[in-house]
Amino acid sequence: MAARNDPVDVVIIGAGASGAAVAWALAETRMRIVCLEQGGWPNPARFPSAGMDWEAQTLGDYAISPNRRALPEDYPVNDDDSPIKIANFNGVGGGTVFYAAHFPRLHPSDFRVRSLDGVADDWPLDYRTLEPFYALNDRMMGIAALAGDPAYPDKEAVMPPIPLGRSGERIGRAMNALGWHWWPSDAAIATREYEGRAPCINLGQCGSGCAQGAKASTDVTYWPQAIRSRIELRTRCRVSRIETGDRDMATGVHYVDEDGQERFQPCEIVIMACNGVGTPRILLNSASGRFPNGLANSSGLVGKNLMLHPYAQIRGHFDDPLDGHRGPPICAWSMEFYETDPARDFVRGYCFQFSRGMGPARTAINGMADGLLPWGEGHHDAFRRLFEHSAGMASICEDLPEESNRVTLDPDLTDQDGVPAPRITYRLSDNTRKMLDHSIARGTDILKAAGARDITVKSPLPYAGWHLLGTARMGTDPDRSVVNAWGRSHDVKNLFIVDGSIFVTSGGVNPTSTIQALALYIAGQIKNRIYDLFD
Amino acid sequence: MSETKIIADAELDTLRCLAGHLIPASPRHGVPGADDPAIFADIAGSMDRDASAVREALVVIDGLAGGRLTQADPVRQAQAIARFRDAHPALAAVIESVVARCYYRDARVLASLGVEPRPPFPEGYTVEQGDWSLLDPVRARGPIYRDAG
Repeated sequence: MAARNDPVDVVIIGAGASGAAVAWALAETRMRIVCLEQGGWPNPARFPSAGMDWEAQTLGDYAISPNRRALPEDYPVNDDDSPIKIANFNGVGGGTVFYAAHFPRLHPSDFRVRSLDGVADDWPLDYRTLEPFYALNDRMMGIAALAGDPAYPDKEAVMPPIPLGRSGERIGRAMNALGWHWWPSDAAIATREYEGRAPCINLGQCGSGCAQGAKASTDVTYWPQAIRSRIELRTRCRVSRIETGDRDMATGVHYVDEDGQERFQPCEIVIMACNGVGTPRILLNSASGRFPNGLANSSGLVGKNLMLHPYAQIRGHFDDPLDGHRGPPICAWSMEFYETDPARDFVRGYCFQFSRGMGPARTAINGMADGLLPWGEGHHDAFRRLFEHSAGMASICEDLPEESNRVTLDPDLTDQDGVPAPRITYRLSDNTRKMLDHSIARGTDILKAAGARDITVKSPLPYAGWHLLGTARMGTDPDRSVVNAWGRSHDVKNLFIVDGSIFVTSGGVNPTSTIQALALYIAGQIKNRIYDLFD
Repeated sequence: MSETKIIADAELDTLRCLAGHLIPASPRHGVPGADDPAIFADIAGSMDRDASAVREALVVIDGLAGGRLTQADPVRQAQAIARFRDAHPALAAVIESVVARCYYRDARVLASLGVEPRPPFPEGYTVEQGDWSLLDPVRARGPIYRDAG
């Protein structure tokens, strides 16, 4: 028998990028708000960069794959039927604890892909609507940027950009020679002291947690402010399903607390912030007599249209030493091939995310995998040609929605609390394959223009399923979408979704900036409509 | 009990032999091999989530060597390792990973590469800002986005 908690006004499920933003934004309402997070607080003192085994730890407790980590807070993901494997972090901060902090916005054209390019669907809102929320989020997260990027409408730079370094300079000169766009990346990294955060000291380990606290993960940005505003954050509480009652309204959520006790948390509003895999998992697991196909699923689209942003990785090696593992791995981007070009054999496009080098162990592991680093006698000489001599890029390709790409519940696999695990079914489309191939060709052009040798390619990059989008899409038509234009379920009027699930299309950039802007926008809608929120 | 204990001592001998073939000592570079006692002790104690796969790899390679890799002559060792890498690339990648992540944190090895033997935090590193004037041609080109509202 589940213990029944005292009722609250709002339950937020998940304390990651969007859960933190929506919690902070709703704090001023003075509603009683509780966030349930299945993981714990990250401990920066234990992040890999604080130990000599900093590279090994990224393959252990700090691996990006939940299946590899298999920690108590992780749930297994059956991604055997996908060429791209799921990456995440389960804990306060969510994916922002492990992300590279590459922080581009979607472009204005991304919200109107049907109107402009005749594919997929337009979003029910546009760039101008989200623009003030992007700007607010940039200030809350503390974004380092250089104003004036010609690939975007004007936007504020909160603090100076991260350094170009030798790697960025080398790439930049090549891009200039080719006449192609490039710009220092907007980065969620403090380059000076900012709101209690210390500035970046170039640890080079953004992808496994920032021991310095310079990277803007939400455990150090939104959450401290939200908690000071009396939001309650309960860690190690795993939600299994959402309960509904009369009038098709959510009545609360079932969860298992850190002592293994099953609990029921009654509430007036449920807000889901569990990412594009976790959210459909809970909705599908909330099936009932009234909602036999899962909650909020009258459209049949919960779990469908999964978009993952296929990556191609193109890297090269140079005669001169570059930055190596020092500095944020990201440094610059290019939007040269972002917009649709009728001369190409695919629609939509991609951005390039340029990156620096790797630590010695990772250089060796990748070098051997790429056939550039032999076993035996020639190992040491070859290693010295690779280490601190590499730079490259990833192309982040727009993934168009397809209903066959989806999240379902695995019939056999469960987490340690017995909740069914998500199962991923995902295929690359012909359009995506052509886009990946195009990006490999252009990326190779760039590296050759930069003077690179020993160019290597991985496509699609298998362990890169970071961006979990589209599985509870927003829209105005209840038959073709799961939530409305401001994140409220069409079917359950007190259920909101604020994570990447609600993306209509993926764009070709990292989504965190847009996920958080949407969360702030939806929080604003809840506040503005508070007196007729459920009408 | 550590998962590493599932690997018997004889199998660890095979792993050490394999590690020495993978990264041999180099007097010219002044570095030990991956079979160096201190480095190998680190490898043997750090397999973590890969211990089962390592054991599987060692059973395979001992089989390819006709018994124990360590008891084969050098020519047969080289043949067995070549066949192992050719026929079992996923297992070979596990061996490469467990060896490389310990070898390349040894203070002697790092010193030979000009890398300070310390973790990145708390000292951090210096990265050059770079030449921001390189962006002048990009600015001069003007907007490239579609103004779609």
